[in-house]
Order: sequence, then structure tokens, then C-alpha cells
Amino acid sequence: MRNRDALVIRTPEGIEFSLPLAGPFSRMLALVIDIAVIIMLGSFLEKVLAPLLVFGQDLADALAVIGYFVISDLQRWRWRGQTVGKRLLRLRVVDARGLRLEPSQVVVRNLMRFVDALPLLYLVGGVACVLSRYRQRLGDLAAGTVVVRTPKLVRPDLDQILGSKYNSLAEDRRLAARLRQKTSPAIARVALEALLRRDQLEPGARLQVFNELAAHFRTLAPYPPDAIEQLSDEQYVRNVVEVLYRPADRSAQVSVLASGS
Amino acid sequence: MILDLARFVETGRPHWTALERALDWLESRPDPSMSLEELERFHGLYQRASADLAKVSALASEGELRRYLEWIVSRAYAEIHEARERRKFRPWRWITAEFPRTFRRHVRAFQLAVALTLLGSAFGALAMRIDPEAKYVLMPFEGLQTSPAQRVARERELQGKQLAGKKGRFSAELMTHNTQVALTTIALGMTFGFGTVAVLFYNGVILGAVALDYIRGGQAVFLLGWLLPHGVIEIPAILVGGQTGLVLAYALIGWGSRVSRPDRLRAVLRDLVTLAGGAALMLVWAGIVEAFLSQYHEPVIPYGMKIAFGLVEAALLTLFLSRAGSK
Repeated sequence: MRNRDALVIRTPEGIEFSLPLAGPFSRMLALVIDIAVIIMLGSFLEKVLAPLLVFGQDLADALAVIGYFVISDLQRWRWRGQTVGKRLLRLRVVDARGLRLEPSQVVVRNLMRFVDALPLLYLVGGVACVLSRYRQRLGDLAAGTVVVRTPKLVRPDLDQILGSKYNSLAEDRRLAARLRQKTSPAIARVALEALLRRDQLEPGARLQVFNELAAHFRTLAPYPPDAIEQLSDEQYVRNVVEVLYRPADRSAQVSVLASGS
Repeated sequence: MILDLARFVETGRPHWTALERALDWLESRPDPSMSLEELERFHGLYQRASADLAKVSALASEGELRRYLEWIVSRAYAEIHEARERRKFRPWRWITAEFPRTFRRHVRAFQLAVALTLLGSAFGALAMRIDPEAKYVLMPFEGLQTSPAQRVARERELQGKQLAGKKGRFSAELMTHNTQVALTTIALGMTFGFGTVAVLFYNGVILGAVALDYIRGGQAVFLLGWLLPHGVIEIPAILVGGQTGLVLAYALIGWGSRVSRPDRLRAVLRDLVTLAGGAALMLVWAGIVEAFLSQYHEPVIPYGMKIAFGLVEAALLTLFLSRAGSK
């Protein structure tokens, strides 16, 4: 999953971090927004500046073409790899090695649009994006850039699913810590999503999902029978999620993540 | 590893927030500078966040926290490990020194672009000589489809009046078209140079066919008077575009190089931008000259004067590209 969906960078300090790559469709959507913004801006400037154009309409068009490249390059560089469309969709152009984006990278990436747009509707760029390892169009390959997603960092509203019931799994701190250590991030997310969407599931499917999840969690931390005997599978999963997602001081985490969003 | 997450977050939060603030400050400035103390503090915050990321990476529920730490660590990593030289952009210096120096550094690619265009010209001229009917295929432009004698007669009659009030527009059209051709020639370097070679060859074919058509029609002087004023800048500009595309292709192919492809491309990025910018500037000048001078013929402007103007331009351009910025 990592190779295809994320750019993984290992720092000289030995720390590994990954940047989630943007897909071709979200990028296309960002491009459509950018084009719409340019058209709107163009028509606005046309109306405002028309009486001032001494050299006629086509010179204005030529200046607009040059202006587009200069302004979009400058904006992308100053906004650290973002255009209006990319900002709205939380995408960002970054250096493929995780370094700072250089102005020359921005310009070359933009220049290569002439090939990426061939033969029509960015077909070449789209195919390159689908086939390349890091979802790069030709402009990205030439400039050494990738487009990443900058997801909004917000915690789910746990209060709507967890409430304030007594949690027997949280009582044993050692086992709770073991549960947190043994559970993979993906499974933790599945359990949380299952709880958030429980009302959308058919009764049979709901029983089966929570049964399988509870069975999995039981193998991770061997709680004594008296701690879990009265719990249904769904309540068991609910308690596990509370252990995983809601440590003693939950306000601390929520505010940290809010500042990062 | 067993971690008291609440305490971990509580103690880490002030450092992460401080790192974020420093990053926001750095990223809001194009050319930031820090004192040694600030740098040390920034580096310390980065190391702290990196260590925290390592701790939280294995935790199940902390996907969001991990992503948050990854995001600030990646931003800090970009600032700290960037070692590429940053030079302040000075337009005058860029035009008068950096562009000609870069041109000379890649002069072999330019020579190859010239050779490909000459080859195309020879092919175009040969095709016209063998099959004059090929003119309608080789020169798909309305203005060139009539015989040279007819064209000259029409131009003499019009005396450039067809452009009255439209010179700015015509100039802009030319700039836009030529810039698009040059930029496409550059971008086609990404096809391992095949596209660039094809465009250069095709430009040569048209040039050779037009030249032979006018020479055979006894209009060589008109041709020189028409083409030289703008052509001596426009054609080299397209060739510089070709040169840029070939430099890109060479970096992609990397014959005999042990350096990886991304490194090769990274090494020529700045040169590509300089050459492309230089070509675009030349085309702006050529567009102005073509609209305001080239389209006026005798008796409005004597051919000799136009040819002399073109030759002076060619000499100055040669001098500029071969000498400017020399140390």
C-alpha cells in the first residue's frame, strides 16, 4: 500500500514519514477549478482593463498567456506548491525528496503541460499519472515533484458513540496498554468506522461485523472472564475503541490535533 | 513499546506547537534567515518531533496523531535538509550573464538543433525541387500558397496598409504562436527528444521549401528583406527552444552517466528554465519586429535597409550569445 499510495521518506536521523499521494481525479478536479478561476479572472480583467488597452485585444491575450505562467508559477511557489484548486482540495505539490520546492521546479513542471495536455484533455499526463510509481505526470517527472494530499487533521466525535458508561477494559491499565500496542492502526480505524456507521448496517451484517471485530480484539489482550462476560460483541468493540482512542486526558490530544488542522 | 499517551501528548504539545509556528514563519517568507540560536532551537524542535513520531508510529489508535506529526516533521525536514544553493533572482544579470553562459554551457545541444533544422531545410528544398506540387503540403499557410511573384506584387500594392491599426494585434498573435511552438519544442524533450527532433526537422522543412520557392521565383531579395529582420532572432529562439528540449532529453537518457535519472534531471532544471526564458524573450522581440518592420516592403522601406537591420541584429545576437557574461 505504501509504495503506491504514499511517498515514504526516510530522514538521515532514521525517521520515516509518509506523504499521501493525490490521485489523478482529484488533481483533474483541482485543474478544472484553476481553469474556472482563470476564466473568471480573465473576463473580470477584460472588462476592467479593456478601455486602457492601447495595443488591442490580442496583445492583451498574449500578455494574459505570459501573465498566466508568471503569476501561476509565482503563486505556486509562494503558496508552497498550491494553486486555488489545490488549496480547496487540500493538495500540494512537493519536492519528490521531501525538500523545499524550488522556483525552477515550479516553472519546469508548468512548462511540461504542453506535453501532458496532449493529445487532448491531459491524456498523456493522466496516463503517466496512472502508470508512474508516485502518480507523477511528465511535468512532475521532469521537475522531480509529486502531488500530495494534506488531509484535515481532526479527531472523530467520539462522544456520539462512546458516551460515559463504565468501561471494564480500561480498568486494567496494563492490558489496556497492551491492547493499544497490539492493535494495528488499520484495524483500530475499522472498529471506529463500524461504530460510527452502525445504524447504517443491516441487523445481520451488524452482528457479524462486531462479532468478527470482537473476536479479533479478544486475541490481542487476554482480559479475565469477569471483565468481559456481560458484554455483547458491539459493547466489547465500543469499549476497545474507547481504550484506543480515549486515554485519560483526552482534551490534550484534541487540542493538539485541532492546531494541526 | 507501552506509552502513556495522555502524558506523551501533554509534554509534547508545546514543542510541536512551537515547531509549527516556526514553520509557518519560515514558509511565509521566500528568503528567510535565522540567527544561530534560532537555528539551534528550530533543529532541536525538529529532532524532538521526529523522536515523538518514531514513538507514535507503532500506536494503533493514533493514526491522526501520527499523520499530524508526519506533516510537521516533513515540513521541518524540507527546511533543514535543503542544501541546494539559493540565488536571488536579478533580472538584468539573468538576461546579460546567466542566459548567455547557460547557452554556451549547452552549445552542443544548440549545434545539434541547428544541424537538425539544416537537414530539414535540405529535405524541404529537395522535395520542392523534385516535386513542386509538394508546396501545398509542405507550406500549409495561406500566405505562402500563391507564387512568390504574386505575393511580392500584392505586398507592393498594399504597402503594409493591411496591418494599419492591427500591428499590435498581429505582433501579439505572432508572439503567442511562436512562444507556443518554442515551449512545445522544449516540452517534447520529455519524449526522449523524439518530439523535439521532429519539430526542429519540420521547421527546417518549411524553411527550406519557402527559401527555394522564393529563390526559384527570383524573389531572393524580397525573401531576405522579409525574413531577416525578425527571422534572425525568431529562428535562433526556436533553436534555443530545441536546444532546451535536447538538454532535457539528454538528461532523461543519460548516456554513459552513473548518476540516477532524477539526479540528472535535477541538475539541469535551472538551465532549462534559463534557456526557456531566454527563448521567450527573444520571441517577444521577434514578434514586435515582425509586426512593425518585416511586413513593410519596398517602396515603404527599402529592402537594403531591412537586410542591413537583420544583419546587425544577427551580429549583435552572435556577439551576445558568445561573449556576454564571460569572466
